[in-house]
Parts: sequence; C-alpha cells; structure tokens
Amino acid sequence: MAHALEMRGITKSYFGNTVLKSVDIAVNPGEIHALVGENGAGKSTLMNILFGMPVIHDTGGFEGEILVDGQTVNIESPMDAMNLGIGMVHQEFMLLPGFTVTENIKLNRELGRPNIVSRILGKKFELLDKEQMGKDSRQALDKLGVDIDEWLPVAGLPVGYMQFVEIAREIDKSRMKILVFDEPTAVLTEAEADLFLNAVRRLAESGLAILFISHRLDEVVGVAHDVTVLRDGEVVGHLPGQEARVDRIAELMVGRKVDRPSLPPREKEPSDDDLILEISSLSVDMPGERLAGLDLKVRRGEILGIGGLAGHGKVGIANGIMGLYPSSGIVYKDGRELPLNNPKAALSQGIAFVSEDRRGVGLLLDESIENNIAFTSAQVQDRFLRKRLPWTSLQVRDNEAIRQYALETIKELDIRCQGPEQPVRRLSGGNQQKVCLARALALSPEVLFASEPTRGIDVGAKSLVLDLLVKFNREFGMTVVITSSELAELRMVCDRIAIVYQGRLIGILSPDASDVEYGLMMAGKKRAEVS
Amino acid sequence: MSERFQDIRERLGIPRLIIIGFVLLLFVTAYATGMSIGPLVSASLVRIGMNGILVLAMVPTITAGVGLNFGLSVGILCGLVGSLISMELRIRGFSGFFAAILFSMPLAVVAGWAYAKLLNKVKGQEMMVGTYVGFSMVALMCIFWLAAPFSSPEMVWAYGGQGLRYTLTLDNYFGKVLNNFLLVSIGQWEFPLGLFGFFGLLCLLVHLFFRTKLGMAVKAAGANPRFAEASGIDPDRTRTMGVIMSTVLGAIGIIVYAQSYGFLQLYMAPQMMGFPAIAAILIGGANLRDARIPHVLLGTALFQTLLTIALPVTSRVIEGDISEVARLIISNGMILYALTRRDGREVA
Repeated sequence: MAHALEMRGITKSYFGNTVLKSVDIAVNPGEIHALVGENGAGKSTLMNILFGMPVIHDTGGFEGEILVDGQTVNIESPMDAMNLGIGMVHQEFMLLPGFTVTENIKLNRELGRPNIVSRILGKKFELLDKEQMGKDSRQALDKLGVDIDEWLPVAGLPVGYMQFVEIAREIDKSRMKILVFDEPTAVLTEAEADLFLNAVRRLAESGLAILFISHRLDEVVGVAHDVTVLRDGEVVGHLPGQEARVDRIAELMVGRKVDRPSLPPREKEPSDDDLILEISSLSVDMPGERLAGLDLKVRRGEILGIGGLAGHGKVGIANGIMGLYPSSGIVYKDGRELPLNNPKAALSQGIAFVSEDRRGVGLLLDESIENNIAFTSAQVQDRFLRKRLPWTSLQVRDNEAIRQYALETIKELDIRCQGPEQPVRRLSGGNQQKVCLARALALSPEVLFASEPTRGIDVGAKSLVLDLLVKFNREFGMTVVITSSELAELRMVCDRIAIVYQGRLIGILSPDASDVEYGLMMAGKKRAEVS
Repeated sequence: MSERFQDIRERLGIPRLIIIGFVLLLFVTAYATGMSIGPLVSASLVRIGMNGILVLAMVPTITAGVGLNFGLSVGILCGLVGSLISMELRIRGFSGFFAAILFSMPLAVVAGWAYAKLLNKVKGQEMMVGTYVGFSMVALMCIFWLAAPFSSPEMVWAYGGQGLRYTLTLDNYFGKVLNNFLLVSIGQWEFPLGLFGFFGLLCLLVHLFFRTKLGMAVKAAGANPRFAEASGIDPDRTRTMGVIMSTVLGAIGIIVYAQSYGFLQLYMAPQMMGFPAIAAILIGGANLRDARIPHVLLGTALFQTLLTIALPVTSRVIEGDISEVARLIISNGMILYALTRRDGREVA
C-alpha cells in the first residue's frame, strides 16, 4: 500500500546554513505519526516545506521529493497543499470569536441556495443554506466525539473546545487525507488534552493520516503509532510505537554525550559557600516563557547552564532579573536585595545580559559596531564620556575612547568586519553575537547572563562564542549563566546545569550526567539529583 | 562617469534628483528670459534662513522615534504668545527678539511635555494624533487671541479695543532684526549672514545634543526602544525629551520666521505651518526613522528655493501664478510619498 504522505531526502539550507539534512518521513493512512525534536531541530522548516510556504521558495527552494498517495507532487503554495488534502491545525486559533461554531467551520466554504438575485449576479449572492451547514458541522464534531452545540458563538467556549472547532473545520473539508497537528495540546488543560487525544485516535481510525508534532513526550508515547526524532536537521531515530519510551525519545532528542573538552582549571572551584546570586520564588510574566516561582543559587565564578524544553520558562530567568518583563520574587546579589523590574539597577549592580533576541533587543542594527559596543556602558557607567559643554553637566561622547576600545575589542573577540564604523546589520549572525558580547564585556560585569548565545549562527561561530564565554569566566572571573536549548553545548562548558520545567527548577545536573537523566528531567520526571 | 552618476543617484535618490533638476531648469529659464539671478538667489537665501529652524524642529521627534511632528503648531503657538508678550512690553529691536524667545521657552517646555504625554499614550499613531492636536490647539488659541488681556493699540482691533488683530506688523518691534544683522551686499547679491548664523547655531546645538549621553539615549530609544530598555533607559522619557525639543525649536522657528516676514500671523494661520517644514525635511532625504542635519539643510534649500523662484519665473513664462499650487503639490505630494513608504530604509 502506498503511503498517504512520504517526504524523501528533504534537504534545505538557509543562506548556506543547512537546517535539514536528507530527512525521510512516511505516514500511512490511519496512522498517527509523531514528529519530535528540540527547538531548532527543523520541525517547522519541514512543515513549511510540506505546505509550500513562500519563505521556502524565497530562500532558494529545497532538495528532495514529496509523495502523496505514491505520486510525486509539487507543492508551491499553501493552496496546493490544501488541494492535495493536506490540512493543518494551528497552535494559535484562527477563529472569529463573534461567529458561531458552524459559521467558523464553514468559513469561506459556505453552502448556498440559489435565488433570483444570485441567478443574475452570480453565486456570491446566494442565501446561506444554514440547515445543511449545521448538519455538516454536526457530522464533523461527532467524528471528533465532542458534544458542543454547533450554533453557539465561539467567543464563550473553553480553550479546549476552540481547538476542536479548528480541527472540525479541517476534517469538514471533504478531501482531507493528511492532517498536521502543530503542538496541539500546548494550550490545553490535562483533561482537555485527554479528550483531544481520544479525538485524534478516532480520526486516525477513520482513515486519516496524522502527523503529530509535540513537545509533550508522554502524550506522544500514548498516542503515536510511529515516532520520528529530529535533531539538528537530521533524523536521529525512528521508533515504532511499541518501542517508544519517554526516556529513549528524550535521549535521542538531546543528543549523544559530547566529549567535554578539558577546560582551564581555576584557582578556587566555585562552591555553595560563596554565592553571587540567590534567587527565590522568582515569577516572570514573559509570554511563552513564564516562570512560576523559581529558586536557584548561583555560585560566584561558575559557569551555570540553564536548560529545559521550550516554553518551560528557562529564558524567563535572565529576562526577569534584568527587568525586561514584569517579575516578582526576591533576588539577592552578594547578599543584598536586587530591585526587580528595573533594568538600570540590575546593570549598575554589575549584571549584564546578552539577549536571546539578538536583532530585536540586543543590537541597534543601523548603528555602527563601535556605538553598539559603547552604548550601554556609556549610559550606565558614564564610560566613554567626557564633560565638554560649558556651564552644564551635559556629558559628551568621547569618540577617541570609543574608537580605541572598539578597535581593541574587535581584535580581542575577533569580530570580522570592515571596521568599527560598519553598521551591525551587515554583519553575519556570529559576528553580531560577538558585538553583543562585546557590549556586555564593556560593562565589566560580575555576572553575565547569556540567553541562547549560539542560536541562529553557524557551527564554526558557535564554538567561538562558547570559547569566549569560557574565556570571560576564566580570565576575568566573571560568573556566567548560559541559557540554551542546545544541551550539548551546555554540557561542553558548564560546571552545573539547572533544568527548568513548567516554570520551576526541577533539578541541577552535573554535565557528566547521563542522557537518560537529562531526558527524564526535561520531561518533568525527577529522579536522581546530582549537585 | 556612469559609475559616478550612479553613486550620486544612490546617495540622493530619484525624488531629490528630479527636484534639483527642476530648480536648475527654473534658473535656466530665468536667465534665458532675461531676469537677473542676483535678487532671485538673495530672496531664496532669506527664505531658507527664515524657514530652516522649523524644519530643524522635525529632527528631534524623528530621532526620538515619534515620527514627523505634525503637531508643530503647538510650538508655533508658544512662539506667537512669547512674541506677543514681548510686544506688549514694548521691547524693541534685538532685545524684543530675544525677549520673545525667552518668554516662549517655558511655555514651549510645558506644552511640549503635555503633548508628549499624550503622544506616549498613542504609540504607533503619533502622526495622526499630532495632526489633530495641532488643529485643535490652533482652534482653541483663536479664543485666546480674542480674549487675551493684551492692550497695546497696535495689536488689538482698532474698533472696540478688544481682541488681537489677524496680522500684527512687527515694524516697530523686532521685524527684520535678524535679516538685517550682518547683511552683506555685493551688487545685486545679498547674503543674510546673521540669519544664517542663527540657524547654523541652532543646527550645531542640535548636533551637539545628539552627541551627549542624553542625546545618545534619545537616539537609541528612537531606533529600538527594547534595546534602550535593556540598557536601563526609559523610552517614554526620551520620547518626551524629543517632543519638548521639537516644540521649543518650533517656537524659536516661528519667531525667526515672523521677524523675517515682518508680521505676526494669528488665528488660523499657524494651522498649516508645520506642513511645509515636514515636506522640506522629507525632500532633504529624511524618512520617518532617520533625520539628520544635512537632510534639514538640503531639504530647506531645495524646497524654499523652488518656491521662491517658481513665482517670478513662471509668471514670466506663462500668465498667472502657479507657485501656490506648485507648493501644495510638492509639499503634500512629498508627505504622501514618504508616508506610503514608512518602513523603507531608503525613503526619498
């Protein structure tokens, strides 16, 4: 029997940066196939290819072929995908709140009844055949096994039911053969998720092929007939449902153990006797990365890694302490309480931050390298300034000092550029990240928070950035806290790795801990604590 | 050669090249029809000097990330009130001019602060809201002009002795003081060095401001508010700073304009005064995110020269006056053009 959907040898690179390497995946009718992988593993790129999203074609297309029912197809736009019977249920709801369930399900595919006007002016003027529309919707909802009134407005429905309406809309499309769920349970409560998973099983039984993308490994194991694990754009594992176990999948996801390079030793190893930061019950309201009462102690002089799956709040820690998102809780720096929600206070207490959103928060893209490097230090520490305007306290920028420092730093951090005056927009991702690091370094901080420092930069530059962080730590005695989705990197450079799960600290592991331990902890299973 | 042309074209952009070409064409026509160039150039120079500061007032708001200051009338009204106080106190000549600036300054700071408070509440729509703030303030001030307790007979209506006139002559006060200061004449050519000096001084001050710590913060917050926040800066504060500066410059700008024009225009006159300034800076190559002093200089020079010489030249060539129509087409067309490309980097 032909596969309902098969993707063969899919390879894709963005600007020379390979994000998918010869990925094969096949889904049979009536089968639930789970696709799992860390952030940046290539899941969304794969889906973009499947749906012919413009971003793929605009960046030079892809290699490999897609087969639907054994036939090679050419998907150039989302419309093509729809015509082939491929549907997607989105993570965010695309529903009109003021419309009823039926109207939402039938949106833009309304059924009409001809009348006099429509005979003259065309189909657009037909009256709605509400009865038939309601029946169709009822049928779709029954297929899912949900009991909601098809004539209720969507606005008041619980979140879980909105998800069902979304799915009902997809399955009401008569030729639907393949349905993709992208993190469908992310916003559902546990009870809703159970109901939802049952509906997915029913759908599969009715003969649909289902591609299920999820972070929640428990439900993947519970529901999938087949699991494909992606890591760094490659298929690293393919497990039939009965062999799939949470720890095994987690292990595959985070990757094999990397050889830890021997890092330069320190005079005195950091310990719990000398803490630089004490964080207790920190809550941060950062959309998508909420923290709900995290406790963490940071030792002076260590490199602490913060890991965890996306959406569990690991990125919120640094953003919260730096005052970029509303936060509450108590943070002590050197035993003194640090005011929260106040970026200036954090900066002047010797805490610096390299943002995960390099282009959005980390850089002034149209300013020169030297201005980017000097800016924060000038604002917070009055460095690179001199008094010049007479009779005022206005301080004027000291161009010579800025230039000199920029030249030194460019050399020290090996920033590849045409000179300190080049706008940072034109630098490569890796070099932009080095400028961000240089800006933090100019503050001579005691603590440096680096969020996703290697995200979106090529492999060579990644290790350079990590080397720099190690250098900051060893040479300047800086305490470095690295947040990263790439566990392998954390294990290369960190002394300890804290894992965040559902907005709280679930445990701290040594970088030598086994993959299984990491996998379990990231999936929320506390087992062995290592300090 | 073609490479050099391409370089010039890239730096200036097509719209500016067209306008430069048009200005040159006007000069050639003027010469061909036997007009003397000297007075045309001299008149243009005066117009550049008298309008320049109003154009300069756009720089702080754009740099602070608020966009073009469509509510420049707020500053203009402050300048007018300052001038009226100076006249009421019968301060004449240069002292009157500086007194007008001095009196308008605190008003402009307070008005600019309030205006900025409002603009910070409507981020993303500053230009639309600014336009209507300007319009409403102008209308509100109409009542003020009628009711204000000014009593100098030269200022109030001749009948009744209540309410200010539409147009007040500055002849006996500070009319032309700056225009005539350091005026160098060579034959038919006149160079108002005093006027230019004052304009240049303000340009220099604005330039210096953006090199101070505070100025750097204003600029950074304008370019990327989230970056600024991460560096411990409050973007709302820097935006307020930019709007206050712009309002103060608007006040000074109208005083300079009025002394050059010789009259103070009240009531509905300030309503549209911001628009030519907006057009000028856009013609100079600024966009909604980036405005610098060279844009001010080039834009004012091109726009004002065009307006000044279009009238005499066209009336020579064809019967009638199209300069007012040309002014409206160019200024509104330019604003429209820039607004439709708000995200483009290399906007005209």
